[in-house]
Amino acid sequence: MKPIIKVENLGKQYQIGLKAEPYSTLRESLVNAARRPIDALRGAKKNGNDRFWALKDINFEVMPGEVVGIIGRNGAGKSTLLKILSRITEPTTGRVELFGRIASLLEVGTGFHAELTGRENIFLNGAILGMRRQEIARKFDEIVDFAEIEEFLDTPVKRYSSGMYMRLAFAVAANLDPEILIIDEVLAVGDAEFQKKCLGKMKDVAERGRTVLFVSHNMIAVKNLCERALCLQHGQVISDSKAEETVDKYLQAGIESASERNWAIDEMPGNNNIRVRRVSVHGLNKPPDQLLLATDRIVFEIDFQNNLDKSDIDVTWDLLDNQGTHIAHIGAVCSSDGKLGTGLYRTTGVFPPGILNSRRYSFSVQFGRNRREVLFRMEDVLVFDVHDNLDRDGNFNEFPGVIRPVCTWDTAFLSERIT
Amino acid sequence: MSEIITSQAAIEPHSGHLLPARPLVVIEPSRGRLPLRMREIWQYRDLLYILTARDIKVRYKQTLLGAAWAIIQPLATMLIFTLFFGRLAGMPSDNIPYPLFAYAGLLPWTFFSNAITNSGNSLVGNTNLITKVYFPRMIIPAASVAAGLLDFAIAFGLLVGLMFYYRVGISVNILMLPVLVVFTSLLALGVGMWISALNVKYRDIRYALPFLIQLGLFATPIIYPASMVPQKWRFLLSINPMTGLIEGYRSSFFGSPFDWLSLGISAALTVVILFYAAYSFRRMERTFADII
Repeated sequence: MKPIIKVENLGKQYQIGLKAEPYSTLRESLVNAARRPIDALRGAKKNGNDRFWALKDINFEVMPGEVVGIIGRNGAGKSTLLKILSRITEPTTGRVELFGRIASLLEVGTGFHAELTGRENIFLNGAILGMRRQEIARKFDEIVDFAEIEEFLDTPVKRYSSGMYMRLAFAVAANLDPEILIIDEVLAVGDAEFQKKCLGKMKDVAERGRTVLFVSHNMIAVKNLCERALCLQHGQVISDSKAEETVDKYLQAGIESASERNWAIDEMPGNNNIRVRRVSVHGLNKPPDQLLLATDRIVFEIDFQNNLDKSDIDVTWDLLDNQGTHIAHIGAVCSSDGKLGTGLYRTTGVFPPGILNSRRYSFSVQFGRNRREVLFRMEDVLVFDVHDNLDRDGNFNEFPGVIRPVCTWDTAFLSERIT
Repeated sequence: MSEIITSQAAIEPHSGHLLPARPLVVIEPSRGRLPLRMREIWQYRDLLYILTARDIKVRYKQTLLGAAWAIIQPLATMLIFTLFFGRLAGMPSDNIPYPLFAYAGLLPWTFFSNAITNSGNSLVGNTNLITKVYFPRMIIPAASVAAGLLDFAIAFGLLVGLMFYYRVGISVNILMLPVLVVFTSLLALGVGMWISALNVKYRDIRYALPFLIQLGLFATPIIYPASMVPQKWRFLLSINPMTGLIEGYRSSFFGSPFDWLSLGISAALTVVILFYAAYSFRRMERTFADII
């Protein structure tokens, strides 16, 4: 059989700094244009080190009807790969051949306009995804049905709840019926009921012989939905085999540490009172490069420079989940006798296991003095993922609920009949 | 960015497991001059229609006066110029009542300037689309130009009213109007699409554009007749592609003879600008998603 997607030597190079300063002004360009020949005369180094390869030497083929999972840490190149496949950005090297119509769902609700009604947005979104008007009209009822928004069809989507918005967006894309469907993290949002429905729809699509590329952090969904999975690291494919194997490799090997941040001495965030040197989140008794599982004790660690002599310093952590829910406010008073001296300190906290659900979390850190005065606050210090390692009888949806405590259960016999 | 090779069988959406012999889409780094891919734009014509409709619907949502704004802008400008140039300065107007004369010029000029402003900002305003989905990018500025046509039609209604009021009859010259509108739209598309692509990279455009449009208003015979300009400067005036068009609109409304030379220059310049803009757009388009 012939592959439906053929990727050969694909590479994408980005210029570092392009993201920070996405657009330039005319003046800068003129200045640069004037400088370039001067730099060349001076023999200035060619700026080869401010470029990096987001993807390099990617080779793979996908057969029609295959469901392939793509996993990897943030920044591993997944999004870049999807953007090239969906023709949003151009590769620097290599070649991709697609033998079917492709639809990508890189972000649910792309192209929705808040002022337009649900009905108008169905047509708008469908057209953006490459559908003809008659085609959308033909599938209109199916889309509305799937999204369950009949009563709100003529309401502007800005008045929709986020759940309704999501359902409508997924419904349009899923009913597009392309030969190749690319799905990126749509399951990270929405309620459990809806996630189930989306996964069901994906299975449906696959069973009808469509090809699906599924990018997710939900390892259980990848294991259950995909026969095969690719794992990316530093822009390269490091594993391409059965989904089970790739997922296990990803979970065990702990591909790279994203849950640690170090700052160089002259770049340490903070102020004259406090500067942060390093932050880390990892499993207790596990090296920092291993993935966090829901059953791990989680260690929160911060190294900071204290420049205030003889004071009471406290550190508090505000933990948020990926939907912005404030999960916990935890912290420590580093000293209570007013005698903490200047110097480098490490504060470590251990979070009990079996409380955090398998999601993505982020946190802020705040330093205070004498339990009143705020010295320094840092938002979104770090993002970390808690992974699920339990397969629950084929139920691969994310476990619902903000927390998932490990409870002890017991069932005792009371009597034969109620008397 | 990528090359579309379409065979009839390949377009069939539900060819099932039967794969086409040749790839539907080849994605490769682009080299050399890029083809315009008009066929692909044609395939996405429904998107052009829907984006145009979106632009129109959204423009007057939550406004008090709604579509009246289409008339207010040229009308208010006309009244101001009538007061200062018509009354106080006694500007000649080719034997047409000055208010009518000025409005006939401001009508297409308002369309043109709004079209290039809106399309010039259109790519930047649709960042979420550009970074998330693929479709021929030219559709975005094109939809902005097309959306302006409705305003033009509404404002044209007022012109008809004014012509009744001043008892100026309509002649067969009005038959040229559709041709003029097509050329004005194409010119606006060319300029607008070029500006929109530059705007992605250089946000200076946003500040320069209103100023350039204001200059254009005076560099084009809108509030003064071209006949007022000394013969030796006429040539300079006709290098401005809007000159021939604006004069053409007046001839078609008021029945005066067309200046075919001037119209020809405008038409030729429009075609040149359009092609130049389309090719530069294609070249710049490759990096939109990376730098926007």
